[in-house]
Order: sequence, then structure tokens, then C-alpha cells
Amino acid sequence: MISAPDVVAFTKEDEYEEEPYNEPALPEEYSVPLFPFASQGANPWSKLSGAKFSRDFILISEFSEQVGPQPLLTIPNDTKVFGTFDLNYFSLRIMSVDYQASFVGHPPGSAYPKLNFVEDSKVVLGDSKEGAFAYVHHLTLYDLEARGFVRPFCMAYISADQHKIMQQFQELSAEFSKASECLKTGNRKAFAGELEKKLKDLDYTRTVLHTETEIQKKANDKGFYSSQAIEKANELASVEKSIIEHQDLLRQIRSYPHRKLRGSNLCPRESEHTQDPPSQAAATSDLEESADTDHYTCRPSYTPKLIKAKSTKCFDKKLKTLEELCDTEYFTQTLAQLRHVEHMFRGDLCYLLTSQIDRALLKQQHITSFLFEDLVEVGDRPAEKQESTVSKPHHYGLPSESPEDCLVPQVLISVGSYKSSVESVLIKMEQDLGDEASRGAAVTESSSFDPQENLDYLEMDMKGSVSSGESIEVLGTEKPTSVLSKSESQSSLTVPLSPQVVRSKAVSHRTISGDSIEVLSTCPSEALIPDDFKASYPSAINEEESYAEGGQGAILFQAGISPPELGEAEEGSSSLASLQTDASCCIGREAGALLVPLSTPGHTVSDEDGVVSVPPQRYRQKDQGFHVDFSVENASPSRDNSCEGFPAYELDPSHLLTSRDGSKTSLDDHSDATSYGSSVASTSSDRTPSSVPPAGLSSERHKKRAGQNALKFIRQYPFAHPAIYSLLSGRTLVVLGEEEAMVRKLVTALSIFVPGYGRHGKPVKHWLSSPLHITDFQKWKLIGLQRVASPASAGALHALSRYSRYTSILDLDRKTLRCPLYRGTLVPRLADHRTHIRRGSTYFLHVQSLLAQLCAKAFVYTFCHHLHLPAHGSEAPELASSRQASFLQLTLGLVHEDVKVVRYLAELLRLHYTQELRGTSQPALRFDYVPSFLYKI
Amino acid sequence: MLRWLIGGGREPQGLAEKSPLQTIGEEQTQNPYTELLVLKAHHDIVRYLVRLDDYRFASAGDDGIVVVWNAQTGEKLLEFSGHTQKITAIITLPCLETCEEKNQLILTASADRTVIEWDCDTGRQVQKVSCFQSTVKCLAVLQRLDVWLSGGNDLCVWNRKLDLLCKTSHLSDTGISALIEIPKNCVVAAVGKELIIFRLVAPTEGSLGWDILEVKRLLDHQDNILSLLNVDDVSFVSGSHVGELIVWDTLGWTVQACERNFWDPSPQLDAQREIKLCQKPNDVSIRHLTWDEENVFVAVGRGLYVYNLQMKRVIACQKTAHDSSVLHVVKLPNRQVISCSEDGSVRIWELREKQQLSVEPVPTGFFNMWGFGRVNKQASHPVKKQQENATSCSLELIGDLIGHSSSVEMFLYFEDHGLVTCSADHLIILWKNGERESGLRSLKLFQKLEENGDLYLSV
Repeated sequence: MISAPDVVAFTKEDEYEEEPYNEPALPEEYSVPLFPFASQGANPWSKLSGAKFSRDFILISEFSEQVGPQPLLTIPNDTKVFGTFDLNYFSLRIMSVDYQASFVGHPPGSAYPKLNFVEDSKVVLGDSKEGAFAYVHHLTLYDLEARGFVRPFCMAYISADQHKIMQQFQELSAEFSKASECLKTGNRKAFAGELEKKLKDLDYTRTVLHTETEIQKKANDKGFYSSQAIEKANELASVEKSIIEHQDLLRQIRSYPHRKLRGSNLCPRESEHTQDPPSQAAATSDLEESADTDHYTCRPSYTPKLIKAKSTKCFDKKLKTLEELCDTEYFTQTLAQLRHVEHMFRGDLCYLLTSQIDRALLKQQHITSFLFEDLVEVGDRPAEKQESTVSKPHHYGLPSESPEDCLVPQVLISVGSYKSSVESVLIKMEQDLGDEASRGAAVTESSSFDPQENLDYLEMDMKGSVSSGESIEVLGTEKPTSVLSKSESQSSLTVPLSPQVVRSKAVSHRTISGDSIEVLSTCPSEALIPDDFKASYPSAINEEESYAEGGQGAILFQAGISPPELGEAEEGSSSLASLQTDASCCIGREAGALLVPLSTPGHTVSDEDGVVSVPPQRYRQKDQGFHVDFSVENASPSRDNSCEGFPAYELDPSHLLTSRDGSKTSLDDHSDATSYGSSVASTSSDRTPSSVPPAGLSSERHKKRAGQNALKFIRQYPFAHPAIYSLLSGRTLVVLGEEEAMVRKLVTALSIFVPGYGRHGKPVKHWLSSPLHITDFQKWKLIGLQRVASPASAGALHALSRYSRYTSILDLDRKTLRCPLYRGTLVPRLADHRTHIRRGSTYFLHVQSLLAQLCAKAFVYTFCHHLHLPAHGSEAPELASSRQASFLQLTLGLVHEDVKVVRYLAELLRLHYTQELRGTSQPALRFDYVPSFLYKI
Repeated sequence: MLRWLIGGGREPQGLAEKSPLQTIGEEQTQNPYTELLVLKAHHDIVRYLVRLDDYRFASAGDDGIVVVWNAQTGEKLLEFSGHTQKITAIITLPCLETCEEKNQLILTASADRTVIEWDCDTGRQVQKVSCFQSTVKCLAVLQRLDVWLSGGNDLCVWNRKLDLLCKTSHLSDTGISALIEIPKNCVVAAVGKELIIFRLVAPTEGSLGWDILEVKRLLDHQDNILSLLNVDDVSFVSGSHVGELIVWDTLGWTVQACERNFWDPSPQLDAQREIKLCQKPNDVSIRHLTWDEENVFVAVGRGLYVYNLQMKRVIACQKTAHDSSVLHVVKLPNRQVISCSEDGSVRIWELREKQQLSVEPVPTGFFNMWGFGRVNKQASHPVKKQQENATSCSLELIGDLIGHSSSVEMFLYFEDHGLVTCSADHLIILWKNGERESGLRSLKLFQKLEENGDLYLSV
């Protein structure tokens, strides 16, 4: 984890933080008063003041043709979440801005009703009265019994934090699209089924009518038709027509997948969504979809009914529920997806952004990340990763295949000018990358619309909006720059749309006062920022680029800077900075130009105007020089694989959550947050495909506890340093004790220092009561061993003494440690017993950030060609090894035993890198013949 | 050392404290083996290791299976399971120059009274012979005649196609314990206390077929002969259970030299201790012999002796090289000797020309810390004095390898890959030079980078 540990919101101590370390209280005059409202559970980041609900939730509403807009359900389905928030009112609001304008009917020039497969619309709107802001995702489902065959629905993510909605727009949109896609797929299936039945009914009716007519014909021997007969004939004719209509509808709905396919080159994202179903179970949906025809045709069980001639569409008939509309299976799947979305976006925006950046950076570290990171997400698709990173090294600078891929959150929104008034802006967020993206014009997504198509969209949107309700104004957009200049005076918010968009409508700015609906458009793409504006915002990218350009023949090495609060971390970064220069000269001298761009996209979080801008990572690559690519392609945070890739708990911002949400909600409600696993089990049905393993959250808690216990260990034992050194250098540490709980606790705590082997978790054995074996040392690097006071255990201890050269032994009962001497400077920074860090999670992050630096050093060391191989054929191997030593010492600044740590990590890196493809076996047990010493308290 | 672990009182009888065993601390700067790989495939004692080629070896043991390993990666390549009982002998069958298929073949004999020929490249069982009256205890290949011999209660001669060519009459119930080839188409078989020399008669125009004739019985050993070694074309060496080492002339089958006093090479020294430690017959049984150009290295009980063939005397010895019987000794090219023992350890010795008698500093390290330095001093004393009297070289302990939890039966040395040890704890351990391995991995890493096109070297 590279994120800054203490940048996250100040929160009160979590309830499961056990026994926080109590330092003597500061004298009154030095203490900073706590946030005054902390007792009420508010936190300085809380923007909930005006909101009537306690935390973000998802609302599904419908514009019912019978009763108008109505809320259907919320996620989480708990009245305490939305409290006194008026769902009905809000539903009215959000449903009245449906831009979809999807109408079914008889378009001019067509004989039959035509289904319109419209794309969903995605808007952001705010309601300052309610203090609510929402991402609203409109979609249309088909219902044979509904007016015009359509049922408009919308899903809304409602939050009190407007910035959150704005900045997470891309992610929200992607996630909701998945949910929507799932619903629509189910709906198409159900609709087709319905049509089938209807056709059978009609067919049957026709037969009946036909027979009746025949009978009448026979009965009637007069030369003319009775009015009855004429009526029957008319009826028959209308049935015939109806059959044709319905057949056409059926054909349309069935042809949908093909249509999609055809349109896919225009709209790659949509097609990707279909191919990327939200969950595993949904993967089957595609298959089913492709096999649709079979499904629909063979339904022999259905017995057709006679359809009355005047089947009236009356209001007393019950409309289908959402579940009926789209197959229970798909419905539950959608709910699971929405629950996942809700879970994913829980917590403070700041936390979300940090964790997204964190994940994005972590992905770039895929070579070293197995060492100390929790590798749940890495190792997802190692082969693909390998593919994309290794075999295509020339891809930097090129865009990723899909817009979802390039996302360190790079939303730039000028919220500064926003003054909660009434300005509405048209939104059309369809990211139509099309060929542009594949051609690779830009790194970031560019919403380059097909002009003609866009024109249509705009027109359509206009239509929809005009009719949507009087309280809404939807306005076209101005050129971004001009809007910006105007926005001050007009106190409006606008975000520029793509300049490429051909605007069909005249720009019109209107100020609508008195009403509380705002439609905010978002424009997440960096490419859309006008140039003058782009130049002015402070960003690390310019610097970085200049580095890259200037750093000819240098190792580019920019570490994620730890928070300045940690003095040690500063030291670390400064040492890295020195490394940069050292490396450059060293390498420049010895091996010619070498360029190792460690990908560390700079990011600035400038909060004075609420702009969070993280520029995309750009690589400047020198042709000459050794280059190891940390692919940019992988730098996508949660978005596209958040569903199948990241288990939701990865995204669980629980520490913020506990402060922010927990404060306002009651405890039992809060249980949803604290023990998500159980809540999933209880709230969702058995068919939750993306359900979260219960281990997920416990791992968050586990980190905290481990951090806390590690802190305690460091404070309690003066010989913590050599013990930690043992772990870092790959010498097995045996924690010996009688009490299992104590041993386990310490082992868990110390496990944060254990480098992993691969993607199979850390080599830690928490509790072992059998005698140790040589294979145990190969397998595990940290072992909790039971000390039994029986003769049988003598064997265990005998084994321990026999293998003493492979182990360090920490005796918990006697408080002794037997292990090699440690004199380095690394561990003291990692484990300072005088540290001011008090919280376990903070310490954990502190450790992680230092370990990340360490990994970086190990990486540089491992991948520097000239350090390990002779620079030219005739060179003596001794020269390389002397270079190695001087590099480690002078460039990486490692002294004494620290060298061994880096060498060990380098060894693991090599093994990992070379064996990645053919399944990791356990590495050989490496050891040194060094004397051990006994440490006592 | 255990005292602090267990807390006094219940300390097991540490062998180190009782014997004058030379120990080395944890600091072993000359020990190159800093990496180990545990290979697991066997379910019982692993007794035999056979080198197949530069990078492969086969292991066999009491579980009746033969496993072929890659000595570099530790990868298990093949597993042969055809024997129903423990394997008693294993030997490689060198392929003929004329033979087209160069597949590496091995022969294994088992207590189930079968001998199977395996193909180590395909993993195929080539042939199986199961007409033995008794367990075959040793195998020998006479490459010159292109035949192989199996020794059980009788001695049989086979050709490559596994046809029985001829056999001797029943020799003894204990069977042949060792079998070596000597010149003039003769073989020496150790049967109990006797060495029997047989001559093989190959078919000529006159005779119909193969024949094997007993030529001579050598009765000089007092006790069972445990080891037999063909030193060079002129002599062979045999060692017995009571510590007799006899050097024989291969042509005349006469005794060239005899060393019988391993158990008491210098009775005037520390008489009591020597008697106490070495009088037990088990302590002087010669279990393994090896040689280089000048010396025969003899595993005598717990000790290790270097017998010089020219001088016809012991030039260096380490009377308690291990805590218990030494089972296997190998001389490495670099004047290093490696021994393994029933105590589960492998020790690396260096044969040094005797220096002036300076008291070397006792290795500092772990044992000093625990007050065991005393033991070291005691241990080094007799050795030093011994050297003064009888030897001109010394065996210095430069490292030990501790990994097996039970008796180390045998080991193999690969120049390029390190040491392979097999043990009664069912494991095989591959000991490697960590530094070299690290370099190799580095090389591999850059190769892979290059393959992937990620390596950009400056022009």
C-alpha cells in the first residue's frame, strides 16, 4: 500500500481497535481541541448537514403509467439509511429528467410499432433543498402490457456529497451500466417470452374466430352477411394484424443481440459491457442470450388463451413488478450488482480516491507487489497481465483498449464555481471511443462523438427534456472556456463537454430560480479540459515529464511520498532522491544509458478549490537504455474488473465508514458496515454471484490488529529489530510459547513483515505443535511453535536446536530472542519504539509504505543489468560483484545487514519473475552461516 | 544449547558433550552450500543415489520406487514403480557406442527377487528378470565384455538382453555383499569373511558359451567384509567389520598392505578415552571406501581416515568425525572430503598439509556462547597429538550440512549443481551454492527479459 496513511479523515477510534496504546496525556496547552462535533459523530469531512439520510444509498424508481413516479426499492433496504428522506419526492425529481426519450410507437414511414433500443442516459442531479445529489441512470424496459410497450425506470445513487458523485461519475456509470445491462438482458428475455405467449394466444384466437366465421358462413344461407358476421370478420382481421405486429416485435427483440454486435464498432464500450457481465452468473446470460431463439420457441407447456376482442388497457390491471419484468434470476443478479456498487462507493470521497490511486499504483507494481501486499487482486489475470506488460513493451503512451482502463481518477471538475443554484446542463455521457481510441490519439478517454449521431442524441435529449417537467431546464452547453468565464457571474456550474461535439442547438443559458433541481453535467475526461485551464492547474505530470526528458540515462525513481508526518519516511524519500542522482551518475559511468522509469504518476490533491486532479500516467521512453515496463495498461483502478476482479471488500472503506456512517446510524444498522460478510449473507439471496468472502473485511480488521500488536511488540521488546530483520531477510522466525493465543497474536502481528513468495499468501504458520522439520523452514518463514512441558516436546526442542542455524527463536515465555546480529538502519525506521504512531492501522500503513520503498530498492537492484552480468564478455565476474556491492551500499544506501534484506528480496523477485508462468514452487531455503546471539530483556 | 530452551533438568543427553567430536560454529565461511531444496517423493528410507548424466540422478530406497530427478531444479522427472519390495541395488547400464539409441538405462534389484531394467529417458520399464532364487544384493557391469553380474546367494552373469549366460553354484546364505571388477576378466566378490575371485570365460570358437570359474579364495579377513574398492588397475582394497583394511594386488591377489589398528592407532594417547569410545566393534567397521590418486579415504566407524597408498600408512585421521557411523565418503577435486553419517549430518573436510603446530583459535560462535568452547578444546587436543605422531596431513572441518533428521545414507556430488543427500527420513536434499544459484537466477531473469523484448541494452 502506498497511500499516505494519515491523509484520510480524522475519525474517532474504531470500536474494534483493541486497547490502543495510551500515551500520557499532553498538557492542556499543547493539545489541539478535537473536532467539536466529534461527539455527535460528525467529522470535518461530513457534508451531511443538510441531508436527511445518514449515508449513501441506491434508489430504484419507476415512472409508473398509473401512479406516476414512484420509488421501488432502496439498497441497502433499510429505512434507517434514508431516514426521513422523501423518496417519493425524490423519485419524482429524478424521473422527471429522463433524457432517454425512448418512445415506441408507429414512427412515420413504418407500418408496425418499432422498438427503440435506446442507450441508457446518465445524469447527475442535485437537490439542494434535500441536500441530496444523485447519479441517475435511466433505463427503459419493455412490457407488452405497458403503454407504448415501455416502462421507464431509473437507478439512482444518492449521496449528500456532490463531489463524490461528480468525481466518481465514471466509475458509477460503469457500475450502473453493468446493472442496467443485466436488467435489460433479463427484460429482453422476458419480453420475448411474453410475446411468444401473446402470439400463441392470438393464433388460438384466430383459429377460434375463423371457425366461428365458418360456422356462421355455413349457417347463413342468405346471400348477405349479417352485421355479426362482419364484426367477426373485422375482429379476425384485427387479430391478423395484431399477429403480424407482434411477430415483428418478436423479431425485433430477438435481433437485438445482433444489432448490438453490428453496432459494436461504433460503441465498443457497450459491447464490452455485454461481454463483461456484472457477475459470474451473468456470464451465462450471454450464452442464454445467444441461445435465445431455442428457448423462446420451445415452450410447449403454455396453453393459449382466447383473447377478447376488446382487450382494454385499463388502469385497474396490475402492472408487472420489476422482478417479473426481467426474470427473477437477472433481477437478483442486478440486486447483487447494485449491492456491490453500494458497497464499493461507501465512505468518504477522499477515501475512495485514495484507495483508487492506491490500487492503481499497486497494479503498476505488479512485479514487486507480491512481496508485501495483499495479493487478492493481483494474480487475477496474471497471464493476461504478463501478456500485456511483457510482450508489448511499446505500448506506453498508447491508450488503453477501453476507457475504463486509464483511470487513476482523473476527474477534473470545476466545482469551485458551483454555488448550488439552478443551472442545468445537458448530459450525455456516452463515451464513444470508437476508432479514435484504437488509433490511440490520447491516453485519456476522449468523448469524441460521431457528429451526426451526436446531433441525433442531442435532439432526442431535447425532446425528452422538454416534455419531462416544468421544474427542469435542460440547457445546451457553451464552449467550455466561455462558460467558465460566465459561470462566476451566473453562479452556475458547468463542466465543459467535448469541444468535438457538434452542437445542434443554440447555446442558451437560463437561470431558473426557485426550483431546486440541478442537473449537473460531468465531464470526467482530462482531454476535455481546455488548454489554458490545463496549463494552469498544478499537477505533477509536467514535472514528471520533464524528469523523464531530462533524465537521460538515469534511473527514474520517484517514490510515492509518505506523509510528511512521518519523519522516517521523509528520510526514506530523501534517500531515494539521492538514489536517483547517484544512480544516474553511477550508471552513466558504468553502463551507459539506463532508464528505468518506475511508474509513479504524480498526483496532487489540492483541496482549496476542490479540484482533485490526477493526471494520467505518461511515459517518456528513451530508445536507448534498458527499460522495464510497468505497463500503464494495467493502471486501471476498480472500474472494469471491480466486479469480477476485485472482491468488494477490497473497496471497503471501513475505517472511514465507521466514523462517518457509524456515527449517524445506529449500531445494528452499522453492522452492515462492520460485518459485511454476514450482512451479505442475510440480505442477499443465495444467488449473489459477486458476494463477498467474509474474510474480506476481517482482513481490514486484521491489518489493524496486526499493526497494533506489532506496535506493542516493538515497544515491549528491545530486540524487536533483529527479530524483524530475521523476517525480512528470510530467516525463519520461530515464536515459541506455551499459550496459543499469545503466540498467534504475535505471529499475526509479525506477519506484516514477512515477504510473500508468490500469490499464495504469506509463508506464515500460526501455530504448530509438532516437531519442526527441515521442510517447514522451506515452507514457512514465521512459525508459532507450541512449547509443551512434556518429554514428548523435548523432541520438538531438540529439532529446534538442531536446525538453529536456519532459525531465529523468539521465546515468548522467557522473553528471549536468539538470532543473528543486526546493525542496519532500515529496521529502526520501520520499527521505532519511540514512534508517535498510535493507531494500528496507521502503523500498518507506515510499515507498508516503508516496505514499498524497500521493494523499490530491491527492484532496482534486481533489474539492473550491469550489476549482475558482466558489462562485456571479457569482464571478470568479480567486477560485477564489486559493482553490486558498491551499488547496494552507495546508491541504495544500505549498510551492513540491510544488504542481505535487499538481496533476499531480490532473490524472491527473480524467482517470482522467472517462474511466474509455470506455477510457483516453493523457493529453495536460503541461509547464511552466521553466528547467532541471545538477546534478553 | 538446549538448556535455555527447555529450562534445565530435562536436557537430553547431548552427544556433543560426551564425545570429542569436533564441532564447528554457525559461522562457516568456507561452506559454500547456502541453499537447500528438499525433494520429497519417497515414502521410506532412501538408500541409493545414482548419477545418470550431468544433470540427472536417480534415487531408490526401501519403498521400492525409483525416482529420476533434475539436479539443477530439483524437479521430479520420472518415477518408476515396478518393485514390490525394497530396492537392494541400483546401477547404471552404460550404453554401447555401437548402440543407436542412447537412452540411459538403469538396473535395479529388489528384495522381491527381481531385477528390472529401466529407460530413464522414456520412463519405460524395458525388461524384468524374476527368476532369482535369492535377493540380489549387488550388481556389477563389465562393460568390456558387455555383460552384467548379479550377486545374491550365487553369482549370475547376464547379457544386455537380460539372458542368463551362466551362474555359479550356491555360495553362501548370507550372500555376496560386494562385487568389483578386476583385470583379466576377473571379479572379486565379498562373501562373508572371504573374498572370492571368479574368472569369466567368454565364448570363443571352441567353447559353447559363457562360463564363470572360481579362481581363488582370500581368507585374510577376520570378520565380514563390508566394503570393497577397486583402486586402480594394480590394486583393490577391502575393509571389514573389525576395521581391517587390506590392499590387494589385482594380478597376484596377494596382500600388499594391511592396516588393522584403526581402533587403536596410538594406544599411548588418552588410553582410557580411546578404549571407552572405540573398543566397540561397531566403531571400527569399515563401511565405505573411496580413493583418489594417492589416498584411500576410509570411513571407519565414526571416524574418517586417510590412508596413503604409497606410504602405506594413515596420513590423516579424524577419529570421531561424526556422532555415529560414517556411511559414505567422497573426495572432491578441491582437496575436500565430504562424509555423511547415521547422525544425520554431512560434514565437509579439507585435507591440509600439516602445518606447524599452532593452536588455532577455537571457532567463535554459537557453542562458545553456550559454554561449549570447552568441548572444542578437548576435541582438538587428541587430534593434534595424533597428527604429530602418525600423520602428516590433517582433516579440518570446514562446514557441516544439517538438514536431515535421520541417518544420511548416501550422497552424490555434482560439479555444477551441488550435493545431493538422501536419508532415512525419506527425504532427498539438494544442497546448492547459494551465490552461484543467485547468479544463475539473475541470468535467467535477464534472459527472460530479453526474450520478452523488455531488455534494452545501450548501444
